[in-house]
Amino acid sequence: MRTVYVLSGGVSKFAKTRPDKTFQAIVKEAYDYLLEDLGLDQRTFTRLVDGSVASYFSDHFARQLMAGIMAQDYLGLAPKPGHRVEGGGATGGICFQEAWKSVASGHMDLCVAYGFESMSHVETWKGNEFIALASDVSFDYPVGGFYSGYYAMMVTRHMQEFGTTVEQMAAVSVKNHINAYYNPYAQKRNRYTIEDVRGSPMVAWPLTRLDICVMSDGAAATLLASEEGLRRLEEAGAHIPRPLVKVTGIGRGTDAMRMADRPHLDYETFMHEYASEQERSSDDTRRYYKDLWERGVRYPGVHSFRAGRTAGNMAYRMAGVFDPLNELDFVELHDAYTSSEIQTYEDLGLCRYGEGGPFAVSGKTFMPGPDYGLDLKEPPQCPVNPSGGLIACGHPVGATGLMQAVFALWQLQGSIPRHFNDPTLQVPEARRGLIHSHAGTGTYVTVSILEKEQ
Amino acid sequence: MTEQPLRREETLGGFIVHGIPFPVNTDPEALEFLKKMTPIQIEQGYQITYLHSYGQDSPWFAGLTNRRLLANRDPESGYTYATPRGHDMASGLRTDWIDITDLPARVHAFTVCYFGSQEFLPETPFILALVEFEGVDTLLLTRLMGLDPQKPSLDWIGMSLRPRFLRNSKLKPTDVYFVPA
Repeated sequence: MRTVYVLSGGVSKFAKTRPDKTFQAIVKEAYDYLLEDLGLDQRTFTRLVDGSVASYFSDHFARQLMAGIMAQDYLGLAPKPGHRVEGGGATGGICFQEAWKSVASGHMDLCVAYGFESMSHVETWKGNEFIALASDVSFDYPVGGFYSGYYAMMVTRHMQEFGTTVEQMAAVSVKNHINAYYNPYAQKRNRYTIEDVRGSPMVAWPLTRLDICVMSDGAAATLLASEEGLRRLEEAGAHIPRPLVKVTGIGRGTDAMRMADRPHLDYETFMHEYASEQERSSDDTRRYYKDLWERGVRYPGVHSFRAGRTAGNMAYRMAGVFDPLNELDFVELHDAYTSSEIQTYEDLGLCRYGEGGPFAVSGKTFMPGPDYGLDLKEPPQCPVNPSGGLIACGHPVGATGLMQAVFALWQLQGSIPRHFNDPTLQVPEARRGLIHSHAGTGTYVTVSILEKEQ
Repeated sequence: MTEQPLRREETLGGFIVHGIPFPVNTDPEALEFLKKMTPIQIEQGYQITYLHSYGQDSPWFAGLTNRRLLANRDPESGYTYATPRGHDMASGLRTDWIDITDLPARVHAFTVCYFGSQEFLPETPFILALVEFEGVDTLLLTRLMGLDPQKPSLDWIGMSLRPRFLRNSKLKPTDVYFVPA
């Protein structure tokens, strides 16, 4: 496969509601940002680009089928090839990877991935109903379909198995909200304390409103290119900063839609099929896991996302990552819930299964600059969601995974200070980052690794 | 062939508005100003009734109406699914029906929903739980009754349960629910 570069990106302002524009025009906001950052006008870019992939989750929210082609034509991309992808909350991550495939395979030299969601057209509780339709409508939805409820069940099991606490979850909310305070594209730019998080209205025990991401209107776009595509752009006058940023790892995993159907596997199967290379090679970790299983833990059950573990392992193998915590400079992961950020630390091997709670408050996932008002014992090691994540940036579903790609690109370019008009969220000397996109209860998960060229 | 009338039929309904601001004259300056106009937002209703089939899972719902809780089992490995599944994930074989009504059951995980999707808001707070059954490999999503939703506790995990059935079946998975044994 060919080397694929990520050359430019743009995001619209994420907001609770954007009645000022139709979804096509919101996509154009992100698209225009991408073009402006390249230094090309639309006519020139349209002449050069080979095609696109469109990303949006729900036809219900806009009450519009074929919304992808409406964005495509609004951007002036018709009649170039394009298609829509959909995979729940992971739609944006899947879109990024499908664009990568188009370029890596040689089918295209320049492929733009754009995504959007307009969730404000219905009341929040109707929106929750639409989202819950992404659960089995025979057996799950009618029992009380509510995604916050599903994730809350997962975390009560996580708490029971591993001793994870609500304060550890709240620390994730504090971190991500305070990070977003410095991100002008974020929907919620507020400083909260642990007490604020725990004192906000209880939604699904033990998750409060501040443990949960919000619904949003917004869009994001990013451009992927081959060497030939890069040459074509630069010949046309595009300004592309060096060193370049390329995609070095791609992974994807799946699991049963009904979390009730997930397996409860034994130690040997876990070690053989799911443990990372790092975990397998450590006597201490093998003993640690053996002890967990002797205490009754089974994998993945409902406390862990084996789709995330599968995606991570696959991407790490491709990128040559052995020790994620020490070999990644930052992670933008799908924190639809504070609990799922903690679960994902474990899936991605940033810590071992069962250690996500203490890891969340260790300090290792925080940024070095902001004052979080927390007593963090260890220095930042691999900031997680330096942008503020879904919890604070918002979650316009089809845009979210692409938003992560844009923020990751800017981190690796070192251009966060320019794009955010504030240097606080620039990860120092960022060389390699991971983006993680996750669909409802861990059904589809994508992991992509981006690196700055040496 | 009958020609269509020149006018569309006028009907009642739609939106009653009282003067949406608009320039008196559409001169260039006024037309440019339209770019600064606030958006018009209207309501669009959408309602539909589906004829939903439970297909191969139908016997499970028939069981609930007769106060029996069924499950599926792979004939080859014996792997058992608490939530119906017509074909086994591993062997691909058609599964058999078994009766798990009287099997020991426990809370595997739970939550109390104080908010919910619009359809279920009137029922809040309600308790959702995943139930495990002795000798069954997967779980069942259900509602718990008989507990105080204002006092959730991790101690509920592992609690022994027994199924109860609605007398007036709705042919939904909520025809069965669980209470402390």
